[in-house]
Amino acid sequence: MQSQKTAPSILIEDVRLTLASAAGPVNILNGVSVTVPRGEAVALLGPSGSGKSSLLMVAAGLETATAGTVTIAGKRLTGLGEDELARFRREHVGIVFQSFHLIPTMTALENVAVPLELMGRKDAFDKARAALEQVRLGARGHHYPGQLSGGEQQRVALARAMVHEPEILFADEPTGNLDGATGAAIVDLIFALRARSQATLFLVTHEVALAARCDRILRMKDGLIVSEERRV
Amino acid sequence: MSNLALAFRFARRELRSGLSGFRVFLACITLGVAAIAGVGSLGEAFLTGMSEQGRVLLGGDMSLRRQYRPASEDELDFMRRYGNVSVNVGMRSMASAPNGTRTVVELKAVDDAYPMVGAVVFEPQMSMAEALSCNDTVCGVAVEDALLARLGVQLGAVLRIGEADYQIRARTISEPDRITGGFTLGPRVMLSEAALRRSGLVVEGSMIGYSYDIAFAQPVKTNDFEDALNAEFPEAGFRLRDTENAMPDVSRFIRQATMFLSLVGLTALVIGGVGAGQAINAFIDKRRGAIAIMKAVGADGSLIFLTYLILVMIIATIGLVLGLGLGAALPFVVGYFFGADIPAPANYAVYSGPLIMAAAFGILTALAFAILPLARAREINAAALFRDLISPSSARGRWPYRIAATIAFAAIVILSVTLSRYTNFTLGFLGGSAAILIALRFAGQGLKYLIARLPHGGSQVVRLAFGNLTRPGTQSVQVIVALGLGLSLLAVVTLTENSVQSEIADQLPDRAPSFFFVDVQKADVDAFTKTVIATPTTAEFNATPMLRARIVKIKGVPVEDVRKGPFGRGIPDGDRGLSYARKKPKNVTIVEGPEWWPDTYEGEELVSLEADDAKDMGLAIGDTITVNVLGRDIDARIFNLQDIDFRDGGIDFFMIMSPGIVAQAPHTYVATVRVGLEQETALFDAVSKAFPNVTIVNVRTTLVQVGEMLGMLATAMTAAGMITILAGILVLSGAIAAGHRARMYEAVVLKVLGATRGRLAAIYAIEYGLLGALAGLAAFVAGSVAAWAITTFVLEIPLAFSLRAVAVTILCGAAGTLILGLIGGFAALSAKPAARLRNP
Repeated sequence: MQSQKTAPSILIEDVRLTLASAAGPVNILNGVSVTVPRGEAVALLGPSGSGKSSLLMVAAGLETATAGTVTIAGKRLTGLGEDELARFRREHVGIVFQSFHLIPTMTALENVAVPLELMGRKDAFDKARAALEQVRLGARGHHYPGQLSGGEQQRVALARAMVHEPEILFADEPTGNLDGATGAAIVDLIFALRARSQATLFLVTHEVALAARCDRILRMKDGLIVSEERRV
Repeated sequence: MSNLALAFRFARRELRSGLSGFRVFLACITLGVAAIAGVGSLGEAFLTGMSEQGRVLLGGDMSLRRQYRPASEDELDFMRRYGNVSVNVGMRSMASAPNGTRTVVELKAVDDAYPMVGAVVFEPQMSMAEALSCNDTVCGVAVEDALLARLGVQLGAVLRIGEADYQIRARTISEPDRITGGFTLGPRVMLSEAALRRSGLVVEGSMIGYSYDIAFAQPVKTNDFEDALNAEFPEAGFRLRDTENAMPDVSRFIRQATMFLSLVGLTALVIGGVGAGQAINAFIDKRRGAIAIMKAVGADGSLIFLTYLILVMIIATIGLVLGLGLGAALPFVVGYFFGADIPAPANYAVYSGPLIMAAAFGILTALAFAILPLARAREINAAALFRDLISPSSARGRWPYRIAATIAFAAIVILSVTLSRYTNFTLGFLGGSAAILIALRFAGQGLKYLIARLPHGGSQVVRLAFGNLTRPGTQSVQVIVALGLGLSLLAVVTLTENSVQSEIADQLPDRAPSFFFVDVQKADVDAFTKTVIATPTTAEFNATPMLRARIVKIKGVPVEDVRKGPFGRGIPDGDRGLSYARKKPKNVTIVEGPEWWPDTYEGEELVSLEADDAKDMGLAIGDTITVNVLGRDIDARIFNLQDIDFRDGGIDFFMIMSPGIVAQAPHTYVATVRVGLEQETALFDAVSKAFPNVTIVNVRTTLVQVGEMLGMLATAMTAAGMITILAGILVLSGAIAAGHRARMYEAVVLKVLGATRGRLAAIYAIEYGLLGALAGLAAFVAGSVAAWAITTFVLEIPLAFSLRAVAVTILCGAAGTLILGLIGGFAALSAKPAARLRNP
């Protein structure tokens, strides 16, 4: 067995995901295997409905696979309960969503501080302030999500995802709800922060240009990885 | 940082977004808590007032009462050893005015010492001596206004009572011990002892009550006084009242009314709890995203549960404080607006007891209804951010939470029962309410199932209205349950009142006599009988000897000792009516034992005992019961057990003895007779002229008065029940508010597709009218079953079905729901599609 230091950040083996729906069970993932070494940036590319977001959810511990094994940051997620998964996420994982998903009743600063507060860190707000500075929103800490633009909200979400220095950053279509220029700025920020923290990046996108900035591109279709391209 | 501290921090952040999602929750908790706190505070205000005013109400520190027999000189000497004594004598009689009008009056003869505490106020102002003094021809009396109105006379008029004339010198405005007098058949006439003697009404065996009020010279404990009295006069048979227990009947009434109204308040709180649960569900639905985000960034389920539990309890506490404030203010409001009209003394103040009780119920209800929705919130998955529409989470909450919710509900029941003096009633009320709740829930689901399958005649309006009632996520069942419970209470009160009124107005007159005659002297019985039956159309005349008896021993054991045993509660307090008969009376049915003793029987005293009383006292045929009649103990052997049908309104005695010693005791007769309506006045005149000492009670008039009192009681109960309907309305408005966003969107889309506002209004009218009518129908059925159980098993009368009750229940439900629904739908009707559909 590999030690945690040398183990891959993401090890997904023959994962299947079937969800119930009113019209009957839907097969989302049909036996996916992925290995991502520590510090690598991987892009998951594919059309809508190909299963890329579902794969991200399974990898981030947001969704439990129907079959197969998922080992993230050396921790096997298969069989973990909802609360164990939550504790795992707060310690090892940061996630950026397409729709930002900030908590509307909390200020930008409080949103960013939440993961650290959950970890019981006394310096939660100092760190959160620093994280907001890094995304150039230090002056907007006391604004509520509703008072921020889309780009600003996504920068807050990025600060929240990175504030606790996670081993892995998951990003699900992070520019999907933003205009071109704002989206490009966010992408620059993601890669800058990631370079600084040496975190593994697992990025879901349908933008080829964005995917091209990663070390490796995995293409998905019908719940399967159909090709793999390593960038130089 | 601990989970609890974090949860507090997150809850505080949630609160910053305001209470907009919690208005219904807040209103439900406030209403229920205010009802319980208000009713409890008001009850406490009266009980405290009576306790504080006990000395005034009693007319002294101790009151000794006895029927028939005045205190002996020795007994009076005993009382005087403790302080000053005032003697009151009370009895019923007839008063006739110079214009020939006659009516029953309650005479109260007082001595010179009266009143020892407080003051009597006359109009015009004068002293007791001026008002009540006698001269050679007349004595003065002071009367209540009701008498002047009833007889059509003014101050100064001379009335005939018994064999003497009395001049009305004053109107009694206030009498300190007035409300301790109990139920009265006629207006009060106050006169002096000497004046009463002139009437010739005071003869042995007449129904006269003697009351001796003592103002203690030194403080004396009630128990010490009672022990000394019993030691010196073991056979005295006085009923004692002290200042703490000045008005036992009124106190009991207040306690019972407070308990009933508290239970109604608790029902409102529980209905409100349904609304509160609904509001929490709606709030959690709105917060699904935030909860999923929290989970995505690492919050565990228990933190989510704690955060929202703290949030809910903070809001519940706000509702609690508002409710307690309103409840605490109720006594002051009642005192300010109605204080002058309320005869019972009250101390309008803030009472901590009822407030603590209401707070406990409020907290428990909030917890009971919050735990399950919050336990479901705990299970919201982080993946809900992505795919809730494909696979909505429908977790029921983990078992520890379900157990916790059950414990909270059980605690409400246990607290209600523990705090109530009337365990059986409380359990019956709560059990009945729970049964109705369950029945309404099934009814709601059944009706929803039926509506989904009803033909809509090709009408789009009807189809859409039906669709709104049956679509997934509809609140129809909750509304039927919440609104239905209040309406059920309305149906129970209306149907029960209707059954009692029907018994009084329709059934009883067919069986009951037209007149009761009280205090017919033994020597006058034959002449009296002749006078009565000489009047045309009289029938079913019955004259029965009547004495008052107090049970002193059961099977040779003094009742004081029996009271400590298992049958202690079955022994009646005070005096009971007793008769004797050679032949079995017609209205008596023997249920056990030989039919009757021989006509010529002479031997040891035998008694025919009422079967239920015998059972309560643990007595069987052959056992001995000892009664005290006019100071003398009489042993009697139980010969048989009889059943009394109290519904006939006739004369019924729980003991009928063989004629022996009791026949020799001084006593009077009571008589009943039926007479045609047109002959009532003739009979009344004939008897009252020939026998001025006989008190005549017109049963029909009395029944009308009883009916009016019952009507008022039912109105008061209905008014109290309205609070549960109000709670149901809150739940309904919560349901309307919860569906508001979806309804707006739906209305906009329908408008885009060409629907007019009229068409939309028609959909809402059918939807809400039908929902309300169904709630009313379900409530009526559930309420009818409950009313049937009450009338059949408690009141033992048949249930009288009432179309008015059907109409009131169903129409109230339909109209109320329709109006609220249309008000709620107004915003949807006026929504402009363009504004709603434009992208942000």
